[in-house]
Amino acid sequence: MPQISLTVNGKPASATVEARTLLVELLRDKLHLTGTHVGCDTSQCGACTVQVDGMSVKSCTMLAVQADGANVLTIEGLVNADGSLHPMQAMFREYHALQCGYCTPGMVMSAIDLVETHPEGLSEEQIRHGLEGNLCRCTGYHNIVKAIAAAWPLMHNKALPVAAE
Amino acid sequence: MYDFTYAKPASLADAAKALGADAEAKALAGGMTFIPVLKQRLNKPSTVVDLSALGLNYIKLEGGKLMIGAMTPHGSVAASADVKKAIPALAELAGNIGDRQVRYRGTIGGSLANNDPSACYPSAVLALGATIKTNERSIATDDYFQGMFTTALNPGEIITEVQFPIPEKAAYAKFANPASRYAMVGVFVAKTAGGVRVAVTGAGQNGVFRHAAFEAALAKSFTPDALNGIATPVGDMNADIHGSAAYRAHLVGVMAKRAVAAAK
Ligand SMILES: Cc1cc2nc3c(=O)[nH]c(=O)nc-3n(C[C@H](O)[C@H](O)[C@H](O)COP(=O)(O)OP(=O)(O)OC[C@H]3O[C@@H](n4cnc5c(N)ncnc54)[C@H](O)[C@@H]3O)c2cc1C
Ligand code: FES
Ligand code: FES
Repeated sequence: MPQISLTVNGKPASATVEARTLLVELLRDKLHLTGTHVGCDTSQCGACTVQVDGMSVKSCTMLAVQADGANVLTIEGLVNADGSLHPMQAMFREYHALQCGYCTPGMVMSAIDLVETHPEGLSEEQIRHGLEGNLCRCTGYHNIVKAIAAAWPLMHNKALPVAAE
Repeated sequence: MYDFTYAKPASLADAAKALGADAEAKALAGGMTFIPVLKQRLNKPSTVVDLSALGLNYIKLEGGKLMIGAMTPHGSVAASADVKKAIPALAELAGNIGDRQVRYRGTIGGSLANNDPSACYPSAVLALGATIKTNERSIATDDYFQGMFTTALNPGEIITEVQFPIPEKAAYAKFANPASRYAMVGVFVAKTAGGVRVAVTGAGQNGVFRHAAFEAALAKSFTPDALNGIATPVGDMNADIHGSAAYRAHLVGVMAKRAVAAAK
């Protein structure tokens, strides 16, 4: 069976996996990081979203062996050393961007990547388009969109530029 | 998922050997189609050959042609300054495939090898008259697509690159399925030195196809109005829970007009 080593939330991890083991199975079942959720069978819901080498990916649609040598960040890795929340987590709480919370870890991971890859600014339309890979059955998305817009200035240390009309 | 052996060859020759030696071996690109198929136990490969270490992730604009390596993900095509400059319609198409997570991993080679009847890239490749390069040969686009999920690829043959000639103008208009983002109907129009080409995806019973009647009308006048009154035969259309054949036939005309209006 393949032996893999990777970095998970800043710490080295290694595991013996089957070739067919999914990244999400490695994270949840072997590394006991159960914050990453599985919400579908069709690669559509995004509840399993984690970052692999800085890119948000659906960990249910990637083999663990494909992450050999990679740097993986999950929802558990966001909290600061002093226990304070990542700005995106804080804004999800502030804006009531969750109800049941099932989609939330994937939403937060996806949203962080969306904000990080748009240093020039982020319109409401871009946020909505950027969330196409994350389904939420509870909130109706409005508060999620607001939370992401509110996290942008905190993550970039400047005001969110207002889109020119 | 059934278990398999995983291989990640470091050269094209080794990848070809691994795929050629064993009829049950299968290539893995972005996995955005293949891994869901494996999860459903619809396929039982002996060996999964990961193509990610072959150096096939690149975009080059050279000699009036755009070359995209087979392992280039949709997100890179969408963001590429070269693609935006040479064929903006292609960058836009890639930027609307699936969702951001899918675009980080799904590749142009995987999309073309799979030839899903609702996939976006086949329409661009067919309308632009691109050439598909493999480890064995170059395949002209008109010979490549052979019906849904069927292509001219031999078993074990690996797509390495897609070469696009640069059109005068082009555009892609997609009516996306709201859940999957796949095309219910997608129309790619291209005005090239050799004439106008129109390719339709998502709609046809046999996968992507060229629309001869639209091409003839647009060759005379490249305007949306040139398509007025030209019907798309309903009998050739696909019907499923998302839309009837008549609905799709109508949409083909609407999307084609939008693409002509947007072409640049
Ligand atoms: C939620 C979701 C939404 C999507 N929405 C869209 C959409 O809107 N439009 C769209 O067009 N697509 C869509 N897709 C499909 C996506 O674009 C896939 O990336 C693509 O169809 C397959 O590419 P891949 O790189 O993931 O290939 P894989 O899944 O790895 O492989 C697919 C097939 O091609 C073969 N293969 C792969 N690479 C090669 C190669 N270089 N040479 C020979 N054979 C090869 C494999 O053996 C396999 O049989 C969506 C997918 C998902 C999960
Ligand atoms: S669990 Fe739904 S996309 Fe991964
Ligand atoms: S909060 Fe329940 S699914 Fe999003």
